Amino acid sequence: MSVPDSTSSPAIAPREYEVYSGDDLGTNVLEVSMGPQHPSTHGVFRMNVTLDGETVVKLKPVFGYLHRNHEKLGEGMTYLGSMPYTDRLDYFCSMTNNWAYALTAEKLAGIAVPERAEYIRVIMAELTRLQNHASLMGFLTNDLGASGTPLLYAMREREHILDLFEWVSGARMMCNYMRFGGVRNDLPEGWLEQCKKVVDAFPAFLDEFDALLTGNEIIQARCQNVGILPRDLAINASITGPCLRASGVNYDIRKVDKYGIYDRFNFQVPLGEVGDCYDRFMLRLLEMRESVKILKQALSQIPASGPTLDAKSRNFRPKPGEAYGRIESPKGELGFYLISDGGPKPYRYRIRPPSFINLTVLEDMCLGQKIADTVIILGSIDIVLGEVDR
Amino acid sequence: MTNPPTPTVPIPGVHEGLRSELQKAGIFVVSTEFLYNWGRKNSIWPLGFGIACCAIEMICTAASRFDLARFGAEVFRPSPRQADLMIVAGTVTKKMAPQVVRLYNQMPEPKYVIAMGACAISGGPFKQGYNVLKGVDRYIPVDVHIPGCPPRPEALLHALITLQRKIETQRTLGSAERRNNPAYSDDSRDFPVPQYGEHDLVPAYNRDVWKARPVTRES
Repeated sequence: MSVPDSTSSPAIAPREYEVYSGDDLGTNVLEVSMGPQHPSTHGVFRMNVTLDGETVVKLKPVFGYLHRNHEKLGEGMTYLGSMPYTDRLDYFCSMTNNWAYALTAEKLAGIAVPERAEYIRVIMAELTRLQNHASLMGFLTNDLGASGTPLLYAMREREHILDLFEWVSGARMMCNYMRFGGVRNDLPEGWLEQCKKVVDAFPAFLDEFDALLTGNEIIQARCQNVGILPRDLAINASITGPCLRASGVNYDIRKVDKYGIYDRFNFQVPLGEVGDCYDRFMLRLLEMRESVKILKQALSQIPASGPTLDAKSRNFRPKPGEAYGRIESPKGELGFYLISDGGPKPYRYRIRPPSFINLTVLEDMCLGQKIADTVIILGSIDIVLGEVDR
Repeated sequence: MTNPPTPTVPIPGVHEGLRSELQKAGIFVVSTEFLYNWGRKNSIWPLGFGIACCAIEMICTAASRFDLARFGAEVFRPSPRQADLMIVAGTVTKKMAPQVVRLYNQMPEPKYVIAMGACAISGGPFKQGYNVLKGVDRYIPVDVHIPGCPPRPEALLHALITLQRKIETQRTLGSAERRNNPAYSDDSRDFPVPQYGEHDLVPAYNRDVWKARPVTRES
């Protein structure tokens, strides 16, 4: 397509403007409060943006509109009682939240996990990653103005994975499936076969999504070189997860800690170069392809039978001590910190939420950008307010 | 194609037999009120207002599989000025409660509220939290409650159908006694927006819509 050159067009004669040269002409900065009710703040998040024209000169996030006293409630109930609450932290990824909490409690009490349960955990975590990243890409394109269509594609795939979760745990979103020392119940009959079908069909969706979005001119124009997160800043601000790897830092807790049985799988960690929104967008797509690889290996290696839960979860009283367990959740490093005084309730129950810590660099990424781009930058960080405010 | 409206309420002065004969010829004699409600209930515009976990199920309801558009309620409006229905989808904290009431005040009449999920109904699992509102019906009148944590998309569809039934029966014309509906009364419904007080939100609840249950102690 050729664009007509407006400067050489003879139809419009150049108009003479008188340039005002006085120095009393200036723009005032404008403070805009975006949220907590705003269609693109991904929940009840509020930004106080100071604008010079359309350029962001200052951005102050306001948190706490979804502060549900998670940590305080956790100190008032038994260890197992907090498990359903972890579902509601990052409500896209209940399985990984469960795993992070179970991992910490296992570390605190020194419980071993049976092999079949470890495989089930990996399968659940990677399925969670698939549906989280797919939905995120849908929401991000929604923020870009692709009103809903890619989101509908993503939600269509997400339903297949939610069906699997529902089959095994009884709930679509709030699975409450992991227990200290394993998983709550064994996989139902036929589950693995259905899971294989879903996993085998997933790359076709990724190809479709890739063809639909990656080469799209609007996505490239709006995402490339927007919201650059420099490598040093990402490390200094303790950013984790896809945001960190998009800035080119090779740090994936699945590789670093090798928690669970992640050392048995062959997968790569995709890395970005620039650290802009496009890198973060593409990184999710590549991570989904790696997750499919892990899932295929796990589904072929999983032992046909065996115990899935050895330890008892009720009347769980770990010895006095403390433990910090962390996993690579789809958003980043999700950590739980527990202090036990020997009683049935934790003395201290603390969460290290990846969304919250990744959000702290929002102002640095948005300064100098246009107001419309802050929406995309926020979307590319991938926050869930349940985890940010807790 | 959906069925044409089948008027069941007899209209004074219109012969039922003649009405039935006309209906066979495709001519429907209905009251303006019926037609108005029929149009209204099939084009509810919800406010795109997600608060917490239930918002994801609300999005799922609007998305591919469950398709809220079948019931004419897929037009999620970002502005309360254009919305008919507020789906309170999630935990309302004390910091968020003023905004919820303000958004409700900004919606034009007639307006409806669905309290989606345990948190919006009563505080749900987070009820013991110091910062959680124990039910959004303390501040705004709720038309339909959906239990669940979170409710399934089918439950939200059911709530919507329940709301449609409610809209169907509402009287919109005539005297204030006949209408008997705050949405069609002549007074405006501007509810007081709660603010943080010394200990808790002030007022603790809206006296017009919620009453504390009397405490009875057995001696």
